[in-house]
Amino acid sequence: MAQVFEPRLVLWLKLSALAVVAFFVVVILIWRISIAPHPSIGSPVEQIVPFSHKHHVSDVGLDCRYCHTTVETSAFAGMPPTDTCMTCHSQLFADARMLAPVRKSFASGQPLRWNRVHDLPDFVYFNHSIHVAKGVGCETCHGPIDRMPLTWRTATLEMQWCLDCHRAPEKYIRPRDQVFNLHWRPPGSQLILGKKLVEEYRIHTSSLTDCSICHR
Amino acid sequence: MPPAISSTVDPLDESRLKVLKGAYSYGSISDKISDIVLTRPTHWGWIAGFAFCSALTVLFVAAIAYLFYKGVGIWGVDIPVAWAFAITNFVWWVGIGHAGTFISAFLLLLRQKWRTSINRFAEAMTIFAVAMAGLMPILHLGRPWFFYWLTPYPDIMNLWPQWRSPLVWDIFAIGTYIIVSILFWYMGLIPDLATLRDRAAGRASQIMYGLAALGWRGEARQWHRFDTAYLLMAGLATPLVISVHSVVSLDFAIGNTPGWHSTIFPPYFVAGALFSGFAMALTISIPLRAIFGLKDFITARHLDNIAKIMLVCGLLVAYSYGVEIFMAFYSADQFEEYMIMNRMIGPYAPIYWIVILFNVIIPQCLWFKRVRLSVPTLFALSIIVNVGMWLERFMIIVTSLHRDFLPSSWGMFYPTFWDWAILLGSVGAFGWLFLMFVRFLPAISISEMRKLAHDKKGGDL
Amino acid sequence: MFHKLTARLEGKPIDATPPSNDRGGFWRSLDEIRDAEVFRDYITERFPRFAAHLNVDRREFLKLMSASLALAGMGACSREPQEEIVPYVNASSGRVAGEPRFFATATTMGGFATGVLVESNMGRPTKIEGNPTHPSSLGSTDIFAQASVLDLWDPDRSQVVTRNGQIDTWENFGATLQRRLAALADKQGDGLRILTETVTSPTLAAQIDQLLKRYPRARWHQYDAINRDNIYDGTRTAFGETLDVRYALDKAQIIVSLDADFLGAGNARVRSARDFSHGRGAADGETRPNRLYAAASSPTLTSAMADHPLAVRAADIETAARNLAVALGVPAGTPAEISDESKTWFAACARDLQANRGASVVIAGESQPPYVHALAHLMNHALANAGATVTYSDPVVAHAENQTTSLRELCRDMDTRGVDTLVIIGGNPVYSVPSDLEFKARLTAVPFVARMGLYEDETSAACHWHLPATHFLEAWSDARAYDGTATITQPLIAPLYGGKSAHELLAWLVAGTLKSSYDVVRDYWRPRLGTDFESAWNSALHEGVIAGSMFPQRAVALKRDLSIDNRPPPASTDDSSLELVYTPDPSLWDGSNANNAWLQELPRPLTKLTWDNAALISPQLAKRLSLENEDVIELRLGNAMIEAPVWITPAHADRAVSISLGYGRTRAGRVGNGRGFNAYALRTSDAPWFAGNLQVRKAGRKYALATTQHHHAMNGREVVRVATVDEFERNAALRGAQQHQATRAASLYPPFKSDGYAWGMTINLSTCIGCNACTIACQAENNIPVVGKTEVARGREMHWIRVDRYYEGKPQAPRTHFQPVPCMHCERAPCEVVCPVEASVHDSEGLNVQVYNRCVGTRFCSNNCPYKVRRFNFFQYADQHTESLKAQRNPEVTVRMRGVMEKCTYCIQRIANGRIEADKAGRRIRDGEVITACQAVCPTQAITFGDLNDPASRVKAVKASPLNYALLGELNTQPRTTYLAKVTNPNPDVTAS
Repeated sequence: MAQVFEPRLVLWLKLSALAVVAFFVVVILIWRISIAPHPSIGSPVEQIVPFSHKHHVSDVGLDCRYCHTTVETSAFAGMPPTDTCMTCHSQLFADARMLAPVRKSFASGQPLRWNRVHDLPDFVYFNHSIHVAKGVGCETCHGPIDRMPLTWRTATLEMQWCLDCHRAPEKYIRPRDQVFNLHWRPPGSQLILGKKLVEEYRIHTSSLTDCSICHR
Repeated sequence: MPPAISSTVDPLDESRLKVLKGAYSYGSISDKISDIVLTRPTHWGWIAGFAFCSALTVLFVAAIAYLFYKGVGIWGVDIPVAWAFAITNFVWWVGIGHAGTFISAFLLLLRQKWRTSINRFAEAMTIFAVAMAGLMPILHLGRPWFFYWLTPYPDIMNLWPQWRSPLVWDIFAIGTYIIVSILFWYMGLIPDLATLRDRAAGRASQIMYGLAALGWRGEARQWHRFDTAYLLMAGLATPLVISVHSVVSLDFAIGNTPGWHSTIFPPYFVAGALFSGFAMALTISIPLRAIFGLKDFITARHLDNIAKIMLVCGLLVAYSYGVEIFMAFYSADQFEEYMIMNRMIGPYAPIYWIVILFNVIIPQCLWFKRVRLSVPTLFALSIIVNVGMWLERFMIIVTSLHRDFLPSSWGMFYPTFWDWAILLGSVGAFGWLFLMFVRFLPAISISEMRKLAHDKKGGDL
Repeated sequence: MFHKLTARLEGKPIDATPPSNDRGGFWRSLDEIRDAEVFRDYITERFPRFAAHLNVDRREFLKLMSASLALAGMGACSREPQEEIVPYVNASSGRVAGEPRFFATATTMGGFATGVLVESNMGRPTKIEGNPTHPSSLGSTDIFAQASVLDLWDPDRSQVVTRNGQIDTWENFGATLQRRLAALADKQGDGLRILTETVTSPTLAAQIDQLLKRYPRARWHQYDAINRDNIYDGTRTAFGETLDVRYALDKAQIIVSLDADFLGAGNARVRSARDFSHGRGAADGETRPNRLYAAASSPTLTSAMADHPLAVRAADIETAARNLAVALGVPAGTPAEISDESKTWFAACARDLQANRGASVVIAGESQPPYVHALAHLMNHALANAGATVTYSDPVVAHAENQTTSLRELCRDMDTRGVDTLVIIGGNPVYSVPSDLEFKARLTAVPFVARMGLYEDETSAACHWHLPATHFLEAWSDARAYDGTATITQPLIAPLYGGKSAHELLAWLVAGTLKSSYDVVRDYWRPRLGTDFESAWNSALHEGVIAGSMFPQRAVALKRDLSIDNRPPPASTDDSSLELVYTPDPSLWDGSNANNAWLQELPRPLTKLTWDNAALISPQLAKRLSLENEDVIELRLGNAMIEAPVWITPAHADRAVSISLGYGRTRAGRVGNGRGFNAYALRTSDAPWFAGNLQVRKAGRKYALATTQHHHAMNGREVVRVATVDEFERNAALRGAQQHQATRAASLYPPFKSDGYAWGMTINLSTCIGCNACTIACQAENNIPVVGKTEVARGREMHWIRVDRYYEGKPQAPRTHFQPVPCMHCERAPCEVVCPVEASVHDSEGLNVQVYNRCVGTRFCSNNCPYKVRRFNFFQYADQHTESLKAQRNPEVTVRMRGVMEKCTYCIQRIANGRIEADKAGRRIRDGEVITACQAVCPTQAITFGDLNDPASRVKAVKASPLNYALLGELNTQPRTTYLAKVTNPNPDVTAS
């Protein structure tokens, strides 16, 4: 009886066996990547009004807290009510088309509906006020917001990203008075300054990585 | 001829107790075994069994689908009895998985010739049993789609498993065990696959077996390497026989529940595992030899030896029961004492006494050769022991949990239809896999049987 | 997968609490709440009329599961959904997005107010706390107050005006009403009747008086199924005038209860419990605890707390009272003979009372006839308790006449066609009026019946018009506490379903014009709050009480011609016949709470039954009638008959069967419909509380009841440690040593260190009355789902803190012990070592935390928890579909999904907020700054919580008590939650005999 496989065929078989293995590896990788939550980093989020932080912060020079009023007192940084917008825009660009929704909202009393840019899972309890109080700059998480014509995310918001700072806050924190300064750079070494501030602001690094700090 | 062999021969009854009966040539052995696979149509017994198992397998799949759809609430589990059937099945199946490796690896190292004709399907049994076992812990999770969180892998949460938990140890113990078993089993198959390749009529099956045979040509060089590697694998597999069930037993021994928190568990569970494992080996081999006329290969000698091992394991298990009772009262711990009393006279007392009857009292009749040589009795006995061992696991898990420390939180467990569906379904799926194996792969190692025949020429076996 | 609350709600300015404005911290009129529109639309538009509901039956589950599984499946591998932030339109001072605010108001039951502070999250009332400044709360509340917030969001509430079952409008009703009123005006209101519940609201009373002035021949009837008739009749008998009686239990050394459940019922439940616990001694073993004698037919919270409980039939209480009176030298005729057991009891009781003149009190129960109350008053006078521990005041209830009599008159007039316009405000008379009055039949004879109620219930079905009423959190009103202290009840949210309040309806009746209840209430109080009305009003709102509105004490004199001693002894009921006793249901009360799933699933304090009522009988009776639990029996009284499942209850009076009111509702809603049996079917107006000659027959069926505790003995295990005062004083030190050794046994692991905060809790078993308030407060605070009867029957209830109840001693006269069991937060937590994914872990402050989003549900932790305090979501228990229920949830606590383990967290959300606030201020959390939900609600302050690393903290001091012990300490789990052993104060004479 003839051989089932000729030698050439055998070689081919061996190669195809390798191919099969390679194929599965690739498939698994693709799958893994596809299920990873996509940080919409760098891609601006559609908004009802094309609000530009760049314009309002760099050009006009508004302070973060002018609109995000509760950032120092509440878990929620706060979104400006329509009448905050209208304080200026009843005078400036009073009839710009792009501001129509704002005027409509103000007239009708129906609130504006913005799309979230930074959205944590609901089982994560983040509190702005404490981070601000401990010297975490806006920029540290939100990036160069003053250079964003439309707002996008610069951080992955993955748990490892949070832990990176919670494990070693000295790598990121800055003097309290510089929190809202989007252009602050550490005078000398960040680590030396950071260590000093961790002491000064009584940041309990031991408890920062407790699950219960963020999850309840 | 190695002395080990003659020593295993029973001088009283040489004529009957042979590892290989009748006069067989290499060719006739190959024919007899490979025909099981290659001849169509097959025996009605196989078809009947296959139909039955397929039905149960469908039930199994349905039960699992419904479980994922609704949640573990469809089972009878509750607080305080948060573990019940699923974990019982798990421990039971892992136990059954033991005999295979024990036979093929342990006995190989001990040069027990009589293992030759039973090791192949015993290993298959192991693999399928462990597969069933491996399913159970995943099914019983509240959120089974996250089962992979128990494995260590770099994730975006920077989290690792909790290494002190025996459940994590299980992952490794079971994982290692099933991988090694599969490799060991497949390795032994290679020469036989080549045989089938050469004997297969159809082109398709030639190719399939051919691929699987990995180009085995039976050269002396190949045989040399094969034997070395096979021995090495056996050496690797042997300690696992002990480790797996020891680790499984720690799932309970680590816990503080009265009835679980005990140092005797590892040996206790291993003995129990071999007990049920060999029982299952009997349950399988008896119909197998009947249906496919393998009485010359799987002889009374084999059944006799298996029975003897069962007897020993049974005694070990009985001893463990005794020690449990003794320790409970010796410890003078009121919770332990109550646990034992509750087992004996509590709501689940019938189960305890059935366990004693099935696992301790009835197996004692194996002392008698007449029993060991009566095939029907052995078959019945093997079933009894299987049931008894399942009940033992149920007893350990449920009766310990349902009344632990605070009387206020005592409760009961009542199985639902879906509990039974999962248990019977897994039995069916196991049988289904096994029957498929019998039909597509040589259930007895052809090459090793040829060796046996060769030895037989040397002298009587 | 998890959601605090849908993001839509999260950022949205759903804020019914209007912009507080220049006029100070609080808001005033509904017109101000523009924002509320948003919310009302939100609810109504999305309101799923027949969506999945709390009462989980199988089919519902199927629906839920499908959704949640789809959710889960996707959740495992999906991009995050695009969510929205919706800011306010108008900035409003005082309201910080994401921060809860508290408003002072009051809940009422039986007309009497309990002051509360209501937490509002973004305008959603979510949680109720007690109001420390309110006399009947003092910061604590009870299960009813806690559960009332769920009623607000109940999707089954009536939402539209209906006329003969057809949807109609307020306008049409107004028009119809105008016509009728015009007609009535001609005949001076002849035929106009108003039927309300018990009214203490000064405003409402004044409105009704106005109405009666306008229509002189109209009449006003008040009826509550559980009312104070006997109390008021009692004072009339004794003093010849209607009075309210107050007891200063904190001043009483000896307390004698004649079937009075002052801890679980009555108009001052919470306050009485607080005062009683003070007298109980602060568990330091220094102050000598008071001594409680309690005679009761059906065991109550009070009799369970008693040092000397006595199980006697309700009818024999009078005999008992007479014997006691005679023993005290009060003329009470010649009492009938009583059993020897009772004799010793009364002898000891009398001696104690004599020895504590002026520092003791005899209290008669609301279910006892006026005569017994009169006797109690006599004894209190004889013992010089009157004025000391017992004080009197004018009745708090407006027009405190005998409600049953009043109702009888109404029925009589209905027969004589004397009633042509009947307006029923609140209540549910068709369901709750005694069967002999056949109210429903009579009602149908009345030409025009309008009914205002929270639910479209049995009564609404029998009326022409149904008008949706406002929940007390939706409307302005006022109410008085047991001592007369008035509270303005302010709304926290605009009416969800366009309901109107009783004030608005009456304003309509009186003036025929619409007037907001805000204006009505203000107009009433304007002349009464002194010169500077606005500031007085504001402080009244802020404090939750109107200063100085308490009724002054009244000096009272016994009637001269007390015909008490020549009253014939009551016909001694022959021993063969059985007595039927009606009790308020511990959870459902008179049935008004029937659709509240929290209360339905709350285990009854003594029976531990949920979702059903039962016929309670004593073990002896069960033996005689060869009855077992869940046997169905026929209860026959006269020619009325109902069937009820038996529940054998230790400490129950022999030869008596007690059934609780409030069940067997037919139109309560999806939660309450068709549960249990209707006790009102047997109840008659002349024997509203107990009746003799009950016939009992075995029906030969079984009816499955769902209980949460199957074993009632401690099996010789040291679970609840009990000692009498004397025993305790003898070996206190020893106990302390034992406990210390037990909890600090050697271990291979290094001791657990927490250098920051170290949270710990103690529970005082001497003062725990087992009222379950902690359980339901926890449920409200922590978004704990309700699972339904079938699941409870399978042992899958979800309560994070359960109250275990153990019996000790003879089954007919046992001692009852309660033990609340939350998570112990062990320093060597057995659950942690076995969790494979580290979902059960310790944090640096010693909390044993459960990370839901990490939990895979192996349930190993529960197996390894010796206290079995862990609860598992076997199914998707949390309702993910009913929008209005989502709005109730606490946004600070994750809503758990199917397949995860959960348990007590020491209210970690409160700790976290406290920590953040303290951190921002750069200080440590102060003692008492973080208060757990169970601690806050506890009427007896049995629970202490705090930082063990703070040397000055209360919890540290309490743990130093020699009574302190760790539950199952021998397991070396080193729990952070420990107990103070129970100290009782029995009379040596009785215990000796």
